Formats: sequence, structure tokens, C-alpha cells
Amino acid sequence: MTTVQPDTAPGPEAYEAAFDAAVAAEERIEPRDWMPDAYRATLVRQIAQHAHSEIIGMQPEANWITRAPSLRRKAILMAKVQDEAGHGLYLYSAAETLGTGRDELLDKLHAGRQKYSSIFNYPTLTWADVGAIGWLVDGAAITNQVPLCRCSYGPYARAMVRVCKEESFHQRQGYELLLELSRGTEGQHAMAQDAVDRWWWPSLMMFGPPDDESAHSAQSMAWKIKRHSNDELRQRFVDICVPQAEALGLTLPDPDLTWNEDTGHWDFGAIDWSEFKAVLKGNGPCNEQRISRRRRAHEDGAWVRDAAAAYAAKHAPVENRTHREEAASR
Amino acid sequence: MSRAATPGTPAAAPPLGALALADDALVLSHRLGEWAGHAPVLEEEVALANIALDLLGQARSLYSDLGDEDELAYLREERAFRNCQLVEQPNGDFASTIARQLFFSSWQELLYGQLLESVPLAGKAVKEVAYHRDHAEHWTLRLGDGTPESHSRMQAAVDGLWRFTGELFQPLDGLDLDLDALRAAWTERVTGLLARATLTVPQSPQTGGWTAGAGRQGLHTESFGPMLAEMQHLHRSHPGATW
Repeated sequence: MTTVQPDTAPGPEAYEAAFDAAVAAEERIEPRDWMPDAYRATLVRQIAQHAHSEIIGMQPEANWITRAPSLRRKAILMAKVQDEAGHGLYLYSAAETLGTGRDELLDKLHAGRQKYSSIFNYPTLTWADVGAIGWLVDGAAITNQVPLCRCSYGPYARAMVRVCKEESFHQRQGYELLLELSRGTEGQHAMAQDAVDRWWWPSLMMFGPPDDESAHSAQSMAWKIKRHSNDELRQRFVDICVPQAEALGLTLPDPDLTWNEDTGHWDFGAIDWSEFKAVLKGNGPCNEQRISRRRRAHEDGAWVRDAAAAYAAKHAPVENRTHREEAASR
Repeated sequence: MSRAATPGTPAAAPPLGALALADDALVLSHRLGEWAGHAPVLEEEVALANIALDLLGQARSLYSDLGDEDELAYLREERAFRNCQLVEQPNGDFASTIARQLFFSSWQELLYGQLLESVPLAGKAVKEVAYHRDHAEHWTLRLGDGTPESHSRMQAAVDGLWRFTGELFQPLDGLDLDLDALRAAWTERVTGLLARATLTVPQSPQTGGWTAGAGRQGLHTESFGPMLAEMQHLHRSHPGATW
């Protein structure tokens, strides 16, 4: 249904008013609807960053595919990394409905002009990191993304429904991996604890800066792209994780973690925002490695993409030829 | 065919045929897994991982009839693996990976087609492999008949891997195969496709430095040892652990 159509003699204000009314009425904005330029730009930025995170996020986990310690775990991990590539594809498609091509977005990623989630700049040093990523990183991502299933922009909301289903599955698998390690040999238990110690704080940073420092939050909430504040979601995540850690038989590396009777939430210690800022600026442990590997995969693959385009141009039906040839020669 | 699985004890020699098919699938799956995060386009990330997963599933199914899958995969040394040398070849560039897949999947599809009555996995495998072969054929056509660069890379890949294809037509104990028919059908299919891709069928021999059938006897090429070291190191570092 096309929702954003002004009733009569459309001036810019009429479009704006119709858009605001549609958002207020919880109607979905669709690709052909009028939307404010800033709304479009915010969505492109956010969806592209989300897509890039899926693609860069393949690296820390792919790092363990060749070393997975059992065939069952290897199959699970391969399937997960494959899903991430698939999520990247849906999200680039969602971004394309806003008028920006995948190639253009990838170029921006490679040039460092668009970001991806800071969490993927941390290294996977042991097998248990694969479990910690599933439990904590995917858990944080789900907490962030479930409200996006109700995002005002239809294509993004629909992509999120599909992504969240698969992410929940990955999260359970990560939890189960850690549980197996935690209940395993002493060496395995220690490996699991070490991974949780290293991934806990970076996972909390995934919710973004505190509410009073979050640049885009107010506008995104007004547009119903975002439904909850960073701090609200972060608190929700901590409240979920504390009992899960206990069930796992692992501790969380925060001496200030205490149950607050009055609020009905877990209070937790201060986040090291200087680390967060350093990672965002490109100075995390793996920023350089992640982006240069991504760039290299793209550059190394250029001749393959060129070959596919040249072949398509040669073998296209005659009526499509000019168009395809044009694409190939670009 | 079940055998008591004792952790840490290397497998006694199971029948060559089923083990060879399982090792082929495991090793090629591992090589394809190395592509994750490095593919030329996102669609190929999905496709290569998908093929790797199918092959890993085949390996697990075949191993489970022979003993403990992890013991078989992680606790045998290089000389006990019975995979053909073709599947252990390093990925190289995308053309090498595609040529390897074309040669292997074309063979696997025909082979499982012959084993429909005798190997329970064959019915499922032949459907999966038809997709792998189709994928490899399409890329062979695109690369062979694409740009001058892709053509020369694809030709180099075909030439480089050709000497590992003869091993595919060695007898496998325990499998009832018509090897002459297998070779004839494979040759017709692969050479026909290479011609359509504007590539030249190599005139060089289809065997390498080792005697024919070397991988089936546990005689491998040098890159295989490091591949196994990487694959097995974590499992071997925690004897008796479950994962």
C-alpha cells in the first residue's frame, strides 16, 4: 500500500505532513513513497553499516573454520558464516531500494567512508571465542535488531525479521558451545572463561555511546527507525546475560555487577569509552587487518567479476545486448 | 560396519572404497572452507560455503558407517588418508578452485550414479553433486569465454590440475564400479565443456609424479600435511575432550 500521498495540490509541506502522519500511524514507508532526504540518508547509512558488519563479521569466525575441533562444530560454523553472507545480501538489497547500489556501498566500505560494527575489530584467539561471539555478540545484535523488525521503513523491517530468526539460532548454538566447554576438561573451562572475559565489555559497547552522547538517537526515534535508547537496550542485554552466565558456570568480568532491588535490574560497572572511541577511530586490534583483507578479496576478485560481465555481454539475447555490454564495459 | 570408537586410538583400516569417498569429501570441503571471507563476490561466499557444507555432510555420513567421525578425521595421519590428490590441491586462484571442482564434481556425480543401488548415501549425494557440477560448469564457461585474462587463468588451472585426474579412474576396493564407463562418460562431459568454454583439452598425461592411485594408497602431495596440521591441531591438543 502506498501510504505517503498528499491529498491535494502537493507542495513540499504536504508531502512532509503525509510522511509524518504515516510514521505516526505506524504505517510502513515503502521504496516509492516520498520521504525526507535526511530520513533516506540515515537509513542508507544505518543499513549499509549493518550490511558491512555482516560481511566484515565473517572474518573473525572464518578464522576458525579450518581449525574447528569436531566435524559437527565445523558444519555449524560454516553454516553460520554462510548465513552472514546471506544477511549481507538481504541488507544490501534493502539499501538498494533507497537508490544506492551495492557496488557503491562496498566502495565506501573499502575506502573507510562507511563503518561496520566495532566489535569485529577484536581478534578470535581461541576456539571458545567462537562460542563467546555466538552468545554475547549475536545476543547483543539480536537485542538491538528485534525492535528493528518494527522499523518504519518496510524493506529494512522485513529483512530484520529474517535476519533475527537466523541470528537467534546462531546465538543458541554459541551458548551451547560454551556450555560444552564449561562442563568439559579444566583446559576447556579455562578457555571458555577467558573468552567471556575478553568479549563481555566489547559486547556492551555494541549498543553504542550512552544516551546523552548519541548523535543520531533522537531523530531516529522520532522517525521510528529506532524504538529504544542505547542505554535501555544495553540494560536489557545485561539483565538477560547475568542469569545465563550463571547457568553456564562462567563469571562476567565486572566486580560492580549487583542486583538492584529498587529498579529490578542489574547494576553494572563503568564502560571504558576511551577504548570504544579508539576502536571507532580505527585503532582497535584488528581494524587494519579486517579492512585490508576485505579490500584484497575484492581486488583479487575483480578479474572474476569482469569475466562474468564480459561473458554475459557476449551471450546475452540480442535485445538485451546493448544494456549488458554497457554494464560490462564500465 | 560399526567399530568400537576408542578416543585417541588411530582407526584400524576400514574398507578402502567408502573411506576414500569420505576422505575426498572431507578434504575438498576443508579446502572450500578456506575461501570463507575471500570470495570474489558475496554470492560466491554463499555458493562455496554451500558446496563445502554438502561435502562435509557426505563425509560425516560415510564416516559414521565406518566408526567415529572425529576419530577418523582428526586422529589419522597423512599416510592413512585415502583421498585422491586432486581434492587436496591448494585453492590457488578462483580459476584453480573452479577447475578442481569441475573435474571432481563431474566424476562424483557419475560415480554416485553408478552406486545408487549399493551405497545408501548415493541418492542424496548425486542430487547435491549435480548442483556442484552445474556451478563449476557455469564458472568454467564464464572464465574460459570471458576476458583474455580469465581465459588464460582458466586454461592454466585446467592444465595444472589435469595430471591429478587419472587417479579418479583407479579401482576402489568394496565399490562395484564400471571404470571404463566412468572414464568415458567423464571424458566426454569434461572435454565437451572445455570446448564450449573455448579452452584447450590438455594433451599432457593424467598422472603425476607418484604412481597412479597414489592418494588412494596414502601417498599425498606436500601441501596436504600442513592442511591436516591446521585441521587437527586443536582436537589433538585436548586428548579425550568432547566439543
